[in-house]
Amino acid sequence: MSQIYARSQLYRRKRPSIFEGFDAVLTAALALLLIIGTLLVYAATRDWYARNGLDPQYYLKRHVINIAIGIALAYGTTVIDYRLLRAYTPIFWGLAVLGLIIVMIPGLGSSVNGARAWISLPGGFQIQPAELAKIAIIIGMSMLLSERSHDSNQPSSRDVFQALIIAGIPVLLIIVQPDMGTAFIISASVITIVAVSGAPSRWVVGLLVLAILMATVATQTGVISEYQLKRLQTFVDPTADTQGAGYQLRQARITVGSGGLLGTGLFNGPQTNGRFVPEQQTDFIFTVAGEELGFLGSGVIIFLYLLILMRAFAIARRTSDPFGRLVVTGVIAWFAFQIFENIGMTLGLMPMTGVPLPFISYGGSSMFATLIGFGLLQNVHARSRG
Amino acid sequence: MNQRSRLNLLVVQVLIISLMLALLGRLFYLQIAAGPKYRDAALSIQSRDVVSPATRGLIVDSSGVPLALNKVGLAITIDRIAIDSQPDKGVEVMQRLSKLLKLQYADVFRNTRLCGELPQGQRAGCWTGSRYQPIPITKEADPDIALQIVERSDQFPGVDAQPIAIRSYPGVLGVNGAHVLGYVGPLTQGDLSNTSGKKYFRSESIGKSGLEIMYDSYLRGIPGIRTLIVDRKEAITSQAQNTSPIPGDHLVTSLDVRLQAATEVALADAVRRGRANGYTSDSGAAVVMDIRNGQILAIASYPTYDPNIFEKGLTVEQASDLFSEKKAVPALSRALQGLFAPASTFKSVSVIAAADAGYNLNASYNCPSEVQVGTRAFQNFESKSAGTMSLKKALAISCDTIWYRIAFDEWLRDGGLRPKADPNDYFFKAAQSFNITQRVGIDLPSESSSRLADRSFKKSWYQQNKDFYCNYKDRTTKAQQTPFLILLAKENCVDGDKIRAGDAVNFSIGQGETVVTPLKLAQMYAAIGNGGTIWQMMVGKAIVKTDGTVLKTMVPQKLGSLKASKSTLDFLQQALREVVVSGTGAGVFAGFPLEVSGKTGTAQVFGRNLNGSLKDDTSWFASFAPTKKPRYAVVMMVSQGGFGASTSGVGVRKIYESLFGVQGNKVIPGAALFLDGKPPKVLPKISPATKPKVVP
Repeated sequence: MSQIYARSQLYRRKRPSIFEGFDAVLTAALALLLIIGTLLVYAATRDWYARNGLDPQYYLKRHVINIAIGIALAYGTTVIDYRLLRAYTPIFWGLAVLGLIIVMIPGLGSSVNGARAWISLPGGFQIQPAELAKIAIIIGMSMLLSERSHDSNQPSSRDVFQALIIAGIPVLLIIVQPDMGTAFIISASVITIVAVSGAPSRWVVGLLVLAILMATVATQTGVISEYQLKRLQTFVDPTADTQGAGYQLRQARITVGSGGLLGTGLFNGPQTNGRFVPEQQTDFIFTVAGEELGFLGSGVIIFLYLLILMRAFAIARRTSDPFGRLVVTGVIAWFAFQIFENIGMTLGLMPMTGVPLPFISYGGSSMFATLIGFGLLQNVHARSRG
Repeated sequence: MNQRSRLNLLVVQVLIISLMLALLGRLFYLQIAAGPKYRDAALSIQSRDVVSPATRGLIVDSSGVPLALNKVGLAITIDRIAIDSQPDKGVEVMQRLSKLLKLQYADVFRNTRLCGELPQGQRAGCWTGSRYQPIPITKEADPDIALQIVERSDQFPGVDAQPIAIRSYPGVLGVNGAHVLGYVGPLTQGDLSNTSGKKYFRSESIGKSGLEIMYDSYLRGIPGIRTLIVDRKEAITSQAQNTSPIPGDHLVTSLDVRLQAATEVALADAVRRGRANGYTSDSGAAVVMDIRNGQILAIASYPTYDPNIFEKGLTVEQASDLFSEKKAVPALSRALQGLFAPASTFKSVSVIAAADAGYNLNASYNCPSEVQVGTRAFQNFESKSAGTMSLKKALAISCDTIWYRIAFDEWLRDGGLRPKADPNDYFFKAAQSFNITQRVGIDLPSESSSRLADRSFKKSWYQQNKDFYCNYKDRTTKAQQTPFLILLAKENCVDGDKIRAGDAVNFSIGQGETVVTPLKLAQMYAAIGNGGTIWQMMVGKAIVKTDGTVLKTMVPQKLGSLKASKSTLDFLQQALREVVVSGTGAGVFAGFPLEVSGKTGTAQVFGRNLNGSLKDDTSWFASFAPTKKPRYAVVMMVSQGGFGASTSGVGVRKIYESLFGVQGNKVIPGAALFLDGKPPKVLPKISPATKPKVVP
């Protein structure tokens, strides 16, 4: 009965207007985050660039362009029927895996902060295939776990196993880079998707145990490179290394802490303007918010994230399509764990990894990917009303 | 959606809400709860204080002649952070540098070590400041050499040369004054830790001893601070505050540079004379004070050191010499830290005691060659009998046996070894009225307290030593167990807390456990000379600002007064005059055109020197003058100097000659140092160029 109703809804919306069917709260929260992010990227870079004789708006301009492209991609993702995505998913996945292999090839891949995670393109652009991989894995897994060859309410172990292969190959390639932050986020999303798919509980428990085991083994046996280990160790003892990773963590914490309740005011943070926190427009962008906007401003950012995530949960509950639900669940887990990892690192709750803050950090690949992810949320929402 | 999916979705939602709340909680902790801490940390990261030291105030004598001033020096500094990061920890650079500066490598090495980095006992010359400031190797480098270092900076990484203000003790008229002036040096970690409640800046120099430390808060001034806000590359982004340095205030002292020079020369001569006469004469002190107000006009200690060595850069040898016992510890100021038995100079106290006890000061007394005190015979000085004489004469020729007799009789009257509940203690009370155990209160650091061997002293001494003497055989080596020492130990164990007859008679002639500083004896003789007032002794007179206004005047306090009648003091003053006219001081002062009153002292000292020789007597001469209208007290002491008169007496005469303008046996008109016979009262104009008024 409900299916017939849903279908009739679908037929009624043959030619929808471009904003119709969007979740307004979701859109408003995103718009606010993008505006705040733009201001923060500008605040993080303008003073230092001006003082060093460079264009103070260099990052601002590029960030705005990234947002424009990202919004176009998000819109594209929103308006096409996400069910069509299934058809393209194998291609996305293949491209992502190919990209992850290319970054390993000397001369093509480039290394930033110890991780070979980037492909250099002409014109100074770089893309990060791991970001594309996140989307491919989420959609690929959702597809396998929602489409059943048999008549059952839950995916079979075979389905789960296939889905894990889909996720496992890119994750292993990402671990090899090594980009532990992204590996952690994808793993968390994978477990979440499996859990919400209704798969047997032994899989969920097994995966959780496996994840903990792998993390332990990795740190113990040196699968994690020295660079990674150093970052992890400085998380445990921030005073161990005064100039390297520990320096960054300590500076980040001081910068956030010095903001107090109201902050120093936008563009007025001496820590930010003095460029004491490295990577401040990308991985440590939250320190700008902490110093210049204070507890209130930073709290608003976290609140906006929470708002988006809660709306997404509502979408996941409302949709009748298992595929859409799993896609939304995957995106929620991706966003949530990436936000937690990034801000947690800035505040000293999580070890240091090079993970950008969704919608706010400067960086094309991440911005495009997170906006596409956002588009997926809107898409599922638009097609699940009623 | 099946049941399990629904449940798991809820679990994920709860988990994610918790994660976001955890972030908010952590944010609250960092920004609100621990916010102030992080704000301070941020401030210290962003701001750099550039300290320009204030010009230190001058120290001048009573007519404005500079005793301490500032000059521009050329410092060669080593940056520890820079040289430590070199592969050989800077050894090669320091070797090259020491060759260029003609210094010992070992000295340069030690000069650049923090004191804590060196083992105990090898710290002389170590750097008392911080690792993070450039460490000066010398502050008076040859400009040519400095230029070489700057030009060949590739050969001298971590070494720098720059002009700096240095403290200079110009030594006008050859004055040394090391012990009274002190010196300045870098801040120590302790100074910086702000326990004294004073705020210092890392690059400041502060007073380390003498007047420099006592008046440091005035002399130092306030350094100028420029607080710069910097970025990560230490590039300046803005300036938060900028204050100009406020120069330090000047210190006017009551010293007179001419008298100080004469006193130092007279003391050194006295030491030389003592040595020429075959005495060890290891050290000495001399002090001249104004007995009407307690101000010090000259104060000298021997041996001394060049106060400029600290700024020049102390060699290891110089640093260890300062505290070397072989060199008689030049760092020690004998005038305020040396404790010596006052010997016969203490008989002035005994005169007051005898008068209080009812002895007729004008009667005649017998001065035998020895007096039987209990089972022991106490000899007169050189065991000579001098016959019967007046008490005045007895003081003049320094008869001991008269005092033994009186002291023994009084001791017996007070109950001897079983003292009465309320003994008269005339001798102790007379001494106590001189406030002997109270410091003279001089404005110099580390003054020693003199010691009075009265009943309470004996009791506390016994409490501390009873255990040792009562277990003497267990506590000592075989060599220390001679029959005499064992007997002594036994005596001390039985009644060490009591004043014995021997203690009482020794007390009366200033021997035994009673020891005083030269300053204390000067204060005592000043009190006798001025009619009974015990003055606090002071060197500083006033603090004057750079614009000439007087910030503060230091006035010595009256610390007490003698409990002696005017007639007793009159008698004592005449008797002390008699010493110089016909007594032990007569030879030394023969033909001196002005009246001086004084007393010789020759104190026996027990123990041996480092080379094994027995210690020689302490030579004292304590005096005041002019006898009729006393104004000055002059005291000289030469440790192991032999006789009071021939060693110290001559020295005191020399000081008076300079003070009163005496040459030979004549007063040269206009040659006296002070007009009207009074030290100047008006504060002088202060200029580093002031020259002393040299008298003909």
